[in-house]
Amino acid sequence: MTGVPLSWYLILSAILFVLGVAGFLFRRNIITAFMSIELMLNAVNLTFIAFSYQLQQVDGHLFAFFVMVVAAAEAAVGLAIILTVFKNRNTLNVDEVNSMKY
Amino acid sequence: MDVILFLAFAAIAVVCAINVVVQTHPIASALSLIGVMGSLAVLYLLLGAEFIAMAQVIVYAGAIMVLFIFVIMLLNAGAESKSGRSLAVQLVGIPGFFALLSLLAYSILRLFPNARNVHFGGFTKGTARDIGQALFTRYLLPFEVTSVLILIAIIGAIVLARKEMD
Repeated sequence: MTGVPLSWYLILSAILFVLGVAGFLFRRNIITAFMSIELMLNAVNLTFIAFSYQLQQVDGHLFAFFVMVVAAAEAAVGLAIILTVFKNRNTLNVDEVNSMKY
Repeated sequence: MDVILFLAFAAIAVVCAINVVVQTHPIASALSLIGVMGSLAVLYLLLGAEFIAMAQVIVYAGAIMVLFIFVIMLLNAGAESKSGRSLAVQLVGIPGFFALLSLLAYSILRLFPNARNVHFGGFTKGTARDIGQALFTRYLLPFEVTSVLILIAIIGAIVLARKEMD
C-alpha cells in the first residue's frame, strides 16, 4: 500500500473542527473564541482540498481560496468589534458582555 | 514516506489545536494556532495544493495571525479568569465532544470506504497557473464579488475602530 487513505485527511479535519467547536464553547475569552472559529475554517479548508484530490479537479482549491478571503475580511471586522467592545466595557470576558445596551 | 509525513504533521496539528483550546493565555493560543496553520500548509502540499499552501502561510500564518497578536498586545489581554463553570456543563460537554467526533468519523468512514490513496504527486493541477485560469474564467463573478466583500470589510473596520469625532 502506497500513500495515505483519503479518509485519514477527512478524520484529521473532523478532529480539528470538533476542537474548534469545543474551544468556541468552552473558552470565555472573546479573542480565543474567535481563534477557535479560525481553526474551524481551517478544518473545512482541509476537507475542500482533500475532496479536490479525490475528484482530481481544481475547484476545491478555489473554494478554499474564497474561504481564506472571507476569513481575512471576518478577522478584520471581528477584531474591530472586539476593540470596540473592549473600549466600551473594559473586559474581554464573554460572560460579562451580556446586555445589548450598556 | 507519505505516511510518515502525514502522521508527523497531523500529530503536530492535533497537539497544537488541543493547545489552542486548553491554554488560558491568548498569546499561547495564538502561537499554537500558527503551528496548526503551518502543519496544515505542509498537508496541503502533500495533497498537491501548492498555491493554497503558500496562500495559507502568507495569508493565515502571516497576515491574520499578526492581526490577532497585534490586537492581543494592544488590549493587553491577560490570562482568562476562571469562571464558575458548573459540573453539569463539563459532564455534558466532554461526552458531547466525543459524540460529535465519533459521529463525524463514523459518517466519513461509511460514506467513503474506498476513496483514493493520497500520494505526493498524485494531483498536479493545483499550481498558480491552474488556479488563476479557473479563477478568471469560471469563477470570475465570485472573484469580483469577493473584492466588494473586502471593500465592505475595510470600511466596516474603519467605522468600528475609529475614534469618536464628537
